[in-house]
Amino acid sequence: MKIPYLLSVITWLPLVGALIILFVFKRHQSGAIKKFATAWFGLAFLVSLALTGYDRATGGMQFLEDCQWIPIIGARYQMGVDGVAALLIMLTTLLGLIAALSSWEYIEKREKEYYALLLLLQTAVVGVFAAMDMFLFYLFFEVSLVPMYFLIGIWGGERRLYAAIKFFLYTLVGSVVLLLGVIKMYFLTQDASLTSQITPAILANVAGNEPARALVANSLQQAAANGTGTFNIIYMQAMGAVLPMGTLQVLLFFAFALGFAIKVPMWPFHTWLPDAHVEAPTAGSVILAGILLKLGTYGFFRFNLPMFPAASADQSYWGSFGVRNVMIVLAIIGIIYGALAAMYFVVKRDGDVKKLVAYSSVSSMGIVMLGLFALNPNGLNGAVLHMINHGIYSGALFLLVGIIYERRHTRSVSEFGGLSHVMPGYAAVFLAMAMTAIGLPLLCVFISEFLAMRGAFEANPWWAAWAALGIILNAGYMLWLYQRMFFGNIDNPKNETLRDMKPREWAYMIPLVVLSLWIGVYPKPFLEYIQRPVNSVVRHIRPDYPIPLDARPATPPVAPEHATTK
Amino acid sequence: MFLLFQASTTELFDLADLRLIAPELILTLCACVALVMEVLLPYRKSRLIGYFALLGLGLAAVSVALLGWPIISSGAGTLSGFYGTLRVDGFAIVFKLIFLLAAALTVAVSLRYLDIEGEQRGEFYALVLFATTGMMFLAAGYDLIVLYISLELMALTFYVLVAYARRDLRSNEAGMKYFLLGAFSSGILLYGMSLLFGISGSTNLSAIAPKVASVITAAAGTDDAMLRPLTLLAMIALAAGLFFKISAVPFHMWAPDAYEDAPTPVTAFLSTGSKAASFALFVRIFAEALGGMRADWAPLLGLVAAVTIMVGNWAAVTQSNSKRLLAYSSISNAGYLLLGIVAGNVWGYTGLVFYLIVYTLMNIGAFGVIITLRRRGIIGDEVDDFAGLAQKSPLMALMMALFMLSLGGLPLTGGFIGKALLFGGLIQRGDAEGKSWYYWLVAWAALNTVVSFYYYVRFIRAMYLGEREADARPLSLSPALTTALVLCVVGVIYTGVYPRHVIQLAGQVVATLASAGAVALR
Repeated sequence: MKIPYLLSVITWLPLVGALIILFVFKRHQSGAIKKFATAWFGLAFLVSLALTGYDRATGGMQFLEDCQWIPIIGARYQMGVDGVAALLIMLTTLLGLIAALSSWEYIEKREKEYYALLLLLQTAVVGVFAAMDMFLFYLFFEVSLVPMYFLIGIWGGERRLYAAIKFFLYTLVGSVVLLLGVIKMYFLTQDASLTSQITPAILANVAGNEPARALVANSLQQAAANGTGTFNIIYMQAMGAVLPMGTLQVLLFFAFALGFAIKVPMWPFHTWLPDAHVEAPTAGSVILAGILLKLGTYGFFRFNLPMFPAASADQSYWGSFGVRNVMIVLAIIGIIYGALAAMYFVVKRDGDVKKLVAYSSVSSMGIVMLGLFALNPNGLNGAVLHMINHGIYSGALFLLVGIIYERRHTRSVSEFGGLSHVMPGYAAVFLAMAMTAIGLPLLCVFISEFLAMRGAFEANPWWAAWAALGIILNAGYMLWLYQRMFFGNIDNPKNETLRDMKPREWAYMIPLVVLSLWIGVYPKPFLEYIQRPVNSVVRHIRPDYPIPLDARPATPPVAPEHATTK
Repeated sequence: MFLLFQASTTELFDLADLRLIAPELILTLCACVALVMEVLLPYRKSRLIGYFALLGLGLAAVSVALLGWPIISSGAGTLSGFYGTLRVDGFAIVFKLIFLLAAALTVAVSLRYLDIEGEQRGEFYALVLFATTGMMFLAAGYDLIVLYISLELMALTFYVLVAYARRDLRSNEAGMKYFLLGAFSSGILLYGMSLLFGISGSTNLSAIAPKVASVITAAAGTDDAMLRPLTLLAMIALAAGLFFKISAVPFHMWAPDAYEDAPTPVTAFLSTGSKAASFALFVRIFAEALGGMRADWAPLLGLVAAVTIMVGNWAAVTQSNSKRLLAYSSISNAGYLLLGIVAGNVWGYTGLVFYLIVYTLMNIGAFGVIITLRRRGIIGDEVDDFAGLAQKSPLMALMMALFMLSLGGLPLTGGFIGKALLFGGLIQRGDAEGKSWYYWLVAWAALNTVVSFYYYVRFIRAMYLGEREADARPLSLSPALTTALVLCVVGVIYTGVYPRHVIQLAGQVVATLASAGAVALR
């Protein structure tokens, strides 16, 4: 089914729902509100499934939209997704639905505002993935902070005020630096000495298909007519290929990198994450870990790598220590530090399970960053798939923590033990997700970690060796955690009467388990979405790099009827 | 008798010139009528005077529009009159509209406030109209004398307005402080003007500009070159006087006291209308008259902007009184606005005017919400007084939250577009001149917005996140106040989501300046 303006519909539908909740429902109708909100999330998810119509054989930017917006500064309302963004949008809408469903009993006050904010957050995040205009992207990117601030600040735990403002200001620092980088890039698109060097082949590669190229051409035409630059993301990516390596490119790289690294979060910018996670309500944690962290890694994939290819691949700036090595070192430190910190919370007497999952996210995101900066098809494929997988399993783990927290009102590891006796279903799901997190074969993380590690190995075996150390630690704390929580005897009498999972809880856990198995057993359809965008990025950064199974010509065929006339 | 009148006036000025000051004439007339109405009407009817003032402002706006439409539609046309002392161009038209907007919103929010305070008197509205007249002449003036007189007309009425709550000692004290420091700064400004006159032999900006340019570019040893130190002194004196008017550091000390203790509508008007007018004067003098010595004043203004942004933001963090907090926020915003003049290109000046428009909307909106919390005998302007407002009046809390986020510069509000334009202007100027301090300045300004969010978010925290319940007593609302607030919210969102038309309007100012050669196109 073809839906016109599909991306706009997916983006703005949740906002409409939020407005309906705010202006139609009364404050005391909490039952109706949560049912309506969940149904609305379900609707948004179903609509977003239309993105499976993404033409995987063609690749590039699809579902394009292009409208006049602020001609005086060259900003246009442009939407479009490649396979990566399409997958992330579908993950967002799925997790949105799950988050709404998981909040029915957890949220006991001010439901009206809660569900409205959850919907608003979805609009902002989907907008980030769908925007093809840098100005529009930035708008969504920064607006996404506000609903999350409220979600943590109103429905969070004891130190919620501190955690909320820390989250807000911390990520804001990155955003404002990013803004300056964006504006500078905009002015560069007016620099004729640079833009004249952009060849059609470069543009064809980053655009990926003919309609996207036509859209860029239209943006340029409009910009020329108004005497402005353009914020078009494809064009800015093409600019990257001709931007000379030097202080300017490195500075721009780090302006963008700071904005995204705080979001990811990369070590040492991660300190807001444990606080935010621990204080956030379950649904907040799910969205935060599942989606908001992906804004950072998606930013690296979409902006840093293609816009600053020379800096991304650089191995020689600052003597022999290049920009790329800085990112790699930070990623590896993140992998190992995150795993060690998570392990600490298993050992610690009153270690918080949620904090553990939060630190395991830091570690996981390190693997994504390592895969991205391996700069080869395997690494990037693995990194992008790992973004999806991390959304699935960390979301699921936070949900599981939420389920036990609703029953016991504690998250301390030492409070539990022998839970498999009273909650067998819960123990089974937890096991599935813990095994996913470890990277057991036939579960999704195995595929993505394997690909990312293989990419890292191709680039430099030592990187893979260090990352492998982190992955071993990863398995260590997860198994240890599982043992302490589920095996042995029930030595805490409070745990003897715990109820196993309810139908509603099964309803939102099963899709995640199924997805984990599906990607683990048969990842081909998912990788097909990712492959062409990834290849185009690799080709953009390293035009000579041999890409296996890449039969695509560098420039698109001249005439579409070429095949039929033969 | 009539013939005599006609004969003498035709010698002084062309009667057709009166057309140029029609809006100001309307306002003056309305102000005088308001004073008479004050005497004629009984106290309980004196709200009518407020509505009459609104009517006068509306008529003036129509008159400005009629006068301005041909100018704006033809590009950068200019009407000049009164021997070149007044110049009605795109610059003047846009600024006059900003002043009228600020004044109308101020009158709308003060109707209720004066009732609460029991100070509902017609002279308040008359004073607001007189101040607006002064501002409007300031925007159109092209002669040092006219500029100074209109500045003083505005300032004198503000001294009275700040001390308007005559039974309130704090209001009196604020008025006194503002008056003493204001008079002092006017003196410095006048000194700078007299030096300019001494250098160029003329009070007209169009004669001063080429003279200043030739002094700056003169070869060493010539007569003109010897005037260079004097020109610099004039520039510094003018800058000092203007820094006071826009409350830039280190001349900002008066602002927190005057803002906190003045009646709230006056604070709102002072921080928007008066600031916009001072910026109009700033741009006229620095971009047009002193445009030739840009290389001398740009670093000075840049430094002051950097310090102002820092001091304003960091001092606001510790405040507990919302009016005082907004006073420091207003100081820091003066710093951001200065960036537009420092940039001095299309993005910079567009950003300056755009931000002034948005700032008028969001700041008066914020003060309007503070007024709704006010009750007789209870001050009601601590940040804590906002506690639980989200439960008591969700819509009011939402509006306040939007104003605060816009003041900080969050996307989808006008504040973001304004700041983005200002920052962009600086980056562009840095590229054009190849000087790195522009980049440092913009990075500094951008990072300080993070600090500003900390205190803007405090309002949101009090309204939404706090555990404290609000008391059950109703807010002080009136139709005019609600209308003004809704207008402000709509404006803030409109300028943030679809800023195209407002940017176009701001572009009129840029076009005027460009035709005077005062704007770098890149």
